[in-house]
Amino acid sequence: MSDPVIRIENLSFQWSAGLAPCLDIPHFEVQAGERIFLYGPSGSGKSTLLGLFGGVLLPQRGSLRLLGVELPQCSASERDRFRAGHVGFLFQQFNLIPYLSVLDNVLLPCRFSSRRRQRAIDSGRSLHDEALRLLDHLDIDTSLHHREATQLSVGQQQRVAAARALIGRPEIVIADEPTSALDADRQIAFLDLMMHESDAAGSTLVFVSHDRRLATAFDREIALPAINHAAVLEAAA
Amino acid sequence: MKHLLILAARSAWNRRLTLGMTLVAVTLSVTLLLGVERIRHDAREGFSHSVSGTDLIVGASTSHVQLMLYAVFRIGEATNNMRWQSYLDLKLNPAVAWAVPLSLGDSHRGFPVLGTNASYFDHFRYGDDRALGFKEGQPFKGVFDAVLGADVADQLGYKLGDRIVLTHGIGGIGGLEHADKPFVVTGILAPTGTPVDRTVHVSLEAISAIHLDWQGGAPLPGFSIPQQFVQKFDLTPKDITAVLVGLKSRIGVFKMQRYVADYAGEPLLAVLPGAALSQLWQVIGTVEQALLAVATMVVVVGLAGLVAVVLASLNERRRELAILRSVGARPVDVFVLLILEGLFITLLGCILGVALLAGASAVIGPWVQTRYGIGVAPRLISPDELRLLAAVIGAGLMSSLVPGYRAYRLSLADGLTPRL
Repeated sequence: MSDPVIRIENLSFQWSAGLAPCLDIPHFEVQAGERIFLYGPSGSGKSTLLGLFGGVLLPQRGSLRLLGVELPQCSASERDRFRAGHVGFLFQQFNLIPYLSVLDNVLLPCRFSSRRRQRAIDSGRSLHDEALRLLDHLDIDTSLHHREATQLSVGQQQRVAAARALIGRPEIVIADEPTSALDADRQIAFLDLMMHESDAAGSTLVFVSHDRRLATAFDREIALPAINHAAVLEAAA
Repeated sequence: MKHLLILAARSAWNRRLTLGMTLVAVTLSVTLLLGVERIRHDAREGFSHSVSGTDLIVGASTSHVQLMLYAVFRIGEATNNMRWQSYLDLKLNPAVAWAVPLSLGDSHRGFPVLGTNASYFDHFRYGDDRALGFKEGQPFKGVFDAVLGADVADQLGYKLGDRIVLTHGIGGIGGLEHADKPFVVTGILAPTGTPVDRTVHVSLEAISAIHLDWQGGAPLPGFSIPQQFVQKFDLTPKDITAVLVGLKSRIGVFKMQRYVADYAGEPLLAVLPGAALSQLWQVIGTVEQALLAVATMVVVVGLAGLVAVVLASLNERRRELAILRSVGARPVDVFVLLILEGLFITLLGCILGVALLAGASAVIGPWVQTRYGIGVAPRLISPDELRLLAAVIGAGLMSSLVPGYRAYRLSLADGLTPRL
């Protein structure tokens, strides 16, 4: 097989020089196409890890390779470009820009990354049609496409955010508690859609949650406290 | 860059109420700044175009600026007159090519009345050495003929043959009228853009005639001389207000000025229009600077308000900025986004300010022209005003750096998850 999609070696991160490290991960790997459930109770350094994956934080020590790229060795703008081109993010709530329409929200990554735009139209469709296809697959009715994001229900907003994370088929999709604002049966439905579409996009899915009941649907479950050897402080959450 | 522009515009539109109020402030401050500059410019322009070809203005001893103001601009009143004999002496001086007597003091519905003689229409020059032209009719011939400036005829709707009544004093309303001796309009001048347009011209004899039965600024009670009999009296004026003098050679101007100053008959003063004007600018210059400084401060206040509003919005926008970061925006993009917002408001404020000023000059321009004799030329924008606008836009850009830099720092610190 090729390189792992995510590979961490002897990584350590602390917020400032005097403080104890909040992340200390000797080894962590995710293979291409895997669907990972990363169990992270609050205070386990979850947000910090996401910041590292996104390239907005840098470890003080150790190696962090995404798709074979050693992020700590890249410049800030290279990391920004990497994130834009290869990683789709999906957060707990308020994922959408309130003053943009549903469609414009979905298309945002393609505005910031020419790679995502190129990959979105590789399918032979126009950018617009690709956004429509994704929204359709994620059960967003056409009548909602030109609404402002704030007029949608929370569940609809999360599905639009999922379409945005998936457009242009990023290699990595990182979802941080995307279902916690949904009720139980909607959680399952959302998870199904999300997995199906990330498979279709060929993306590796890293799903972070504190709710272990969702773990059964994934290929592999990893507990962040198990791989993180740092004595984590509550404040880091 | 284009998508950032669209984002900035959409985001600003989303907060249109608060930003709208800021826009109003910026617009009004720009209007004020340009308005002050425009009036300053047009006043100077108007003043320096009002007289040309006249080498000296001679009047009773007073200040240089004052003599200039009432003789040419019809602003203020002469405190003393000069004798007719002094005018005759001046006219006969071998260095003098022509001398036009001026007699002021009456008015017609707020417009000043100038008593002079026919040589006025031959020798008076304005602007770039341009002579007066008649739109209709001809110079006055009879005692009770009047020649109207273009604005007088235009605004009061007079045509040739109309009868008008002069008012004693320059007050306009409330003055005593020379109702027993009406004048007939025999000529209307072409527009000049100078105080001539607002002047009613009559002969010196007419000025004498309407005051025959007056004394001390009021009609003599129980004594009236009918209009048809005035010719039986000697209508040669006893005194006049000022004389416009043209010399045979400009080289002799200072010699002539000294001659007038040393004139034995009575204390007289001769001023060079150019020198008096530059004195005037020195006086007015301070006021202009003060006005421009105040207008500039108002613009600064407007821009400070803009910075405050954009800064205040940043806290509630941290989530928005974090989302943008997560879809690939660089901190620099966030910086640019905020700069664009400030620039939008400043640019829009400038455009609206220019439009507002154009509207205002179209509406109150004619009033300012009549009331103060400052012709506000209808135009969108002049090069000087453009320079001021560029300075405002530059200042807007500079002040946008403040929220821009703050947002940059915030988005660096927040990364993908805002710490609210």
